[in-house]
Amino acid sequence: MSAVNLAHPANAMNTPLPAAPSLQHQIEGRALRSILLTSLAWVSALLASVPLISVLYMLITRGGARLNLEVFTELPPAGFELGGGFGNALVGTFVMVIIGAAIAIPVGIMAAIFLAELGPYSRLAALARFAAKTLTGLPSILAGVFAYAMVVLTTGTYSAPAGGVALAVLMLPIVVLTAEEAMKMVPKIMKDAAYGMGSTNTQVILKVVLPTAMPAILTGVMLAVARAAGETAPLLFTALFSNYWIVDGGHLAAMSPTASLAVLIYNFSGMPFDNQLELAWAASLVLVLIVLVVNIASRIFGKPRF
Amino acid sequence: MSASAQTLVMDCKLDKIFYGDFMAVRDSHVPIEKNKITGFIGPSGCGKSTVLRSLNRMNDLVQNFRFDGHVHFLGQDVYGKGVDPVVVRRYIGMVFQQPNPFSMSIFDNVAFGLRLNRYKGDLGDRVKHALQGAALWDEVKDKLKVSGLALSGGQQQRLCIARAIATEPEVLLMDEPCSALDPIATRRVEELMVELKKNFTIALVTHNMHQATRVADTTAFFSVDISQGSRTGYLVEMGPTDQVFNHSREKLTRDYISGQFS
Repeated sequence: MSAVNLAHPANAMNTPLPAAPSLQHQIEGRALRSILLTSLAWVSALLASVPLISVLYMLITRGGARLNLEVFTELPPAGFELGGGFGNALVGTFVMVIIGAAIAIPVGIMAAIFLAELGPYSRLAALARFAAKTLTGLPSILAGVFAYAMVVLTTGTYSAPAGGVALAVLMLPIVVLTAEEAMKMVPKIMKDAAYGMGSTNTQVILKVVLPTAMPAILTGVMLAVARAAGETAPLLFTALFSNYWIVDGGHLAAMSPTASLAVLIYNFSGMPFDNQLELAWAASLVLVLIVLVVNIASRIFGKPRF
Repeated sequence: MSASAQTLVMDCKLDKIFYGDFMAVRDSHVPIEKNKITGFIGPSGCGKSTVLRSLNRMNDLVQNFRFDGHVHFLGQDVYGKGVDPVVVRRYIGMVFQQPNPFSMSIFDNVAFGLRLNRYKGDLGDRVKHALQGAALWDEVKDKLKVSGLALSGGQQQRLCIARAIATEPEVLLMDEPCSALDPIATRRVEELMVELKKNFTIALVTHNMHQATRVADTTAFFSVDISQGSRTGYLVEMGPTDQVFNHSREKLTRDYISGQFS
């Protein structure tokens, strides 16, 4: 056994110090490669933010001019009419997103509780997880086809609830997967503590797991809401469009075609009238702003409280 | 052992403890006396934590856990028919190796068990009392609304002790409560344990033999039997701490204590 040759202070006295190596930057192969790759990553990051910034810029310059109180309170104009707005579409979008959320959030969170806590290794969980992951990649138009078959055909009419169901199908997997992930992040030792104090399964989930995971769950919910608010395709088959308010003269027209911002943009952008085109730009701006606000809200609510 | 039946809070006969096919512990008889600290020592893998977690049925949470024997708590078998493990844990509390406060305020952490049991009295009073009992009150009395996770490691562990004693369990099981703490925090928790035994009965798993000599009244030495390719822990000897450390009956114990185990 030979000992490691350490410079013992007593020996170090006698041996001369080694020549100092150069510590300067050196132009050599690996340094150059490092610089190159760093700049490439930098440029790519810049490129990735170009779409959002340019879209925002376009929407603000082209839609911003038309943005006034009138567009929020008036109904869509007909062919050669001037003025008008998309108040009913804004309301319709809100109503359908709320219906979708009212279905997807409770079902999604309950499903996530099963996946994360009750039967994480069960066959049902494996199946549900697979289904949810597949569903996230589902073309949104198919969600519309599903709701068309389930709701439109059975009720015999295009309606806001049908649109809400289509949006729920799109929101559900996002809520399930993010909520499951959020609950899995709750440390096991924290759950042990709750069990160790004599909590039942239900108490552990309700009092420890859910509150601890809530900020992250809210982030997922907000993302789902933001995604649903901007969807057009699933609403084409289910809510269609309407030129009237969903509540008209004190009468709720729940089971009739309902307007939404996304479909209004789709319809108006193809029209040959300047007025409608301007409204489509303004509506796009409003829609992006809604999505932006929801995303910012998810950041605020997504902060852990403790 | 000289413990008379009256002073035994728990009488644990652990014949066999299995995780699936793996036998973790065999043939160990551990009596736990009232208002004393019973220390469990032994090499890693000797099953001392398994024993501790079997006493309040925490191991029921582990899949494929199987228990042969009985654990009498004040005369009732906690593994008996119709016994609800949730209720068992209410009377036999636990403090863990890693401090594990909930991500809620200090107050809510301590009040957790009380609320769980729908405590009707003055919550603030009981929380204060528990924090005083855990020697933490003076440090946190002005910041009860602050997150329990914002405290230092030693304070977090005392918070967990406060949380455990708030519901006034009969027995406290402590699973290496100081192993994640620095020496100063360890000393404080040790002093606290000695203080706590006036009101509670404590079973303490420790890796640190000096800790056992400092705080344990009775010491149980476990060892591990490596035969047939399996590792099964068992109780080698148990008695007053002084006797186990200075006049141990078994060679195995003497070897372990003097650091000569192979």
